[in-house]
Amino acid sequence: MNLQNFIYGVYPYIALSVFLLGSLLRFDREQYTWKSDSTQLLTKANMRVASNLFHIGILAIFLGHLVGLLTPHSVFLALGVSDMAHQMLAIWAGTIFGVICLLGGAMLWVRRFFNRRIAAAGRGSDKFILTWLLLTLLLGLCTIPVSVGHANAGNPDVMIALAEWAQSIIYLHPDPALLANVDTVFKLHLFFGMTVFLVFPFTRMVHVWSAPFGYLARPYQIVRGKRV
Amino acid sequence: MKVRAQFAFVFNLDKCIGCHTCSVTCKNVWSNRKGVEYAWFNNVESKPGVGYPKQWENQEQWNGGWKLNNGKLELKSGSRAKRLMNIFANPDLPEIDDYYEPFTYNYARLQNAPLSEAAPTARPLSQITGETIDKIKWGPNWEDDLAGEYAKRSQDQNMRDIQKEMYGQFENTFHMYLPRICNHCLNPACVAACPSGSMYKREEDGIVLVDQDKCRSWRMCVSSCPYKKVYYNWESGKAEKCIGCYPRVESGMPTVCSESCVGRIRYNGIMLYDADRIEELASVENEEDLYEAQCKIFLNPHDPEVIAAARAEGINEDWIIAAQKSPIYKMAIEWKIAFPMHPEFRTLPMVWYVPPLSPVQTQIDQGNLPVGPDGAIPLAGTMRLPVQYLANLLTAGKQAPIISALNRMIAMRSYQRSVHVEGQADTRALEAVGMSESMALEMYRYLAIANYEDRFVIPTGHAEVALDDSHGFQGQNGFTFGNDTSAGVSKITLFPRRRKESMEPKEPAPAADM
Repeated sequence: MNLQNFIYGVYPYIALSVFLLGSLLRFDREQYTWKSDSTQLLTKANMRVASNLFHIGILAIFLGHLVGLLTPHSVFLALGVSDMAHQMLAIWAGTIFGVICLLGGAMLWVRRFFNRRIAAAGRGSDKFILTWLLLTLLLGLCTIPVSVGHANAGNPDVMIALAEWAQSIIYLHPDPALLANVDTVFKLHLFFGMTVFLVFPFTRMVHVWSAPFGYLARPYQIVRGKRV
Repeated sequence: MKVRAQFAFVFNLDKCIGCHTCSVTCKNVWSNRKGVEYAWFNNVESKPGVGYPKQWENQEQWNGGWKLNNGKLELKSGSRAKRLMNIFANPDLPEIDDYYEPFTYNYARLQNAPLSEAAPTARPLSQITGETIDKIKWGPNWEDDLAGEYAKRSQDQNMRDIQKEMYGQFENTFHMYLPRICNHCLNPACVAACPSGSMYKREEDGIVLVDQDKCRSWRMCVSSCPYKKVYYNWESGKAEKCIGCYPRVESGMPTVCSESCVGRIRYNGIMLYDADRIEELASVENEEDLYEAQCKIFLNPHDPEVIAAARAEGINEDWIIAAQKSPIYKMAIEWKIAFPMHPEFRTLPMVWYVPPLSPVQTQIDQGNLPVGPDGAIPLAGTMRLPVQYLANLLTAGKQAPIISALNRMIAMRSYQRSVHVEGQADTRALEAVGMSESMALEMYRYLAIANYEDRFVIPTGHAEVALDDSHGFQGQNGFTFGNDTSAGVSKITLFPRRRKESMEPKEPAPAADM
């Protein structure tokens, strides 16, 4: 097995297994550490702008990837979304939310590394995950000029190959060969992206699982009996 | 009617001497840890002053507590959806500098410094960064005993509608202590604001707690508590607050702040209330009516109907007896001398305060102030503390209940003075405020003598009923076998030793040989 097949045929399963089982184990056994670990109390300055830009950007990008990569090609065609329209939508949405996320992320990165309080109170994993996310984001932004080139040439093959590769992983018949003609920058972005899933359960990222939508439907007050 | 029992407090401000013993014992027991050095579950403020954290009473700034939205209760920070939209950065969250940057001193320097002409100094160190602080600019008790400029202290929210300049004159300066803990409210805003549902009110005794495992550091409780009595542990990323010393209270002991109170100003007891009326009474339109509204929620523990309903709810017999002997019920309801702090926040707080008398003795001696019929005890309106100030603090601005309470306390003193100084009981002052001699004597016993048994009427949590095998439990108390140590530091590892609930599971007792 060559490295190419390992990274795009086996590594995704390692990353996803660690992501799912690791999250489950940490939630079950170590729930005290399950938190967003906000540092807003220590320094409030710029947090309103930085944190909102970062979170809105990254959530939009995540949802875009989820829908764009995992929707079967035939469904897009059935919905009347042509390949070129899909490509242009991906380029525009990726650019807009990528830049939003980068602006906020850069502000948070500077705060995390250079604010004395945050640097002293934070953990190594906080610095690592933020840096890794930003590197992944930068690689993602670097794919945009390449995609624009493909779009100008009227060639959606790379985009379709990426989606089909992602779906081949999900359907449990991995096909790394689909990525044979994909530009290197995409492959690097894929590797960085998969690694985010790998390290997810070991960082503060776990708070994503706990997005509190249930709060919208909950009565205000909670009364609980003592546990015996 | 749904009867619930509430563990409640009264603090008699008339006797608080501002010694901070409560704060220190509380800190030593509960919050002397990394991440909560700055958090004082119990603190004592000198009033007037902006307090801790700065301006905590100003809800235009912090958006804490509740408001009425078209007659319906809503958190002042807005709808549930609005709070979720603010979850990435809570605009109402105080910064640690609003409390103070926690500090210690470089004490080792005093011993390690090389020989020098000048004595070595222990410079302050930040407990967050560990770096030297050039100048400490604020602390947990910066305004102690009226420290600081009057102009700053008078930013106190309770000074509204008061002519500040007049009281700012040195001669007329006034001062009181305000000890504060979590109010364990009947309608807690912190619980209502928690997106993850980690905060709750205990069914048995109404103590408000944070489930440390479920807290996700969304930090909405911190800003939504109008008393700023939920703190963010910046080390663990979890909300922490006064736990009403529940491990002590369950064993029938008073909270550690109450137990250690030098002035014997703190009373712990049980109040029965009607949980079905919380929303109705917290939604009373006029703020000035909220104090009286809250009084209506409490049930008379001597009423046979209430007793029957309490039994039906499974409230233990000795809890009903405790409610009947409750010092809180006597002071808040029977004598009407204790008040909830800032009822206008609409949280129905359960730490009530007896307002302080503040006589001006030299002025009376010189005959400059009007006095009562005994010629020695001043009138309520001529005290140092403006009645309006106390009313802003305790009754949302309504003066009449405060004046009535002060007059009753004065009448009790006047009566006792006549007995002990004149040697003959003079009941004129009592009659003027509608008090009987027996009531005056009982008030004297509770307020002046303040015996331990009168101050603390606390039924136990009846663990023995919940535990069906005490033998299997013996020898286990106090131990934890997981990573939930009191240090509050959990290293992030995926496979730690198993975290336990705080005690080992019950093992059945070994069968005796037949």
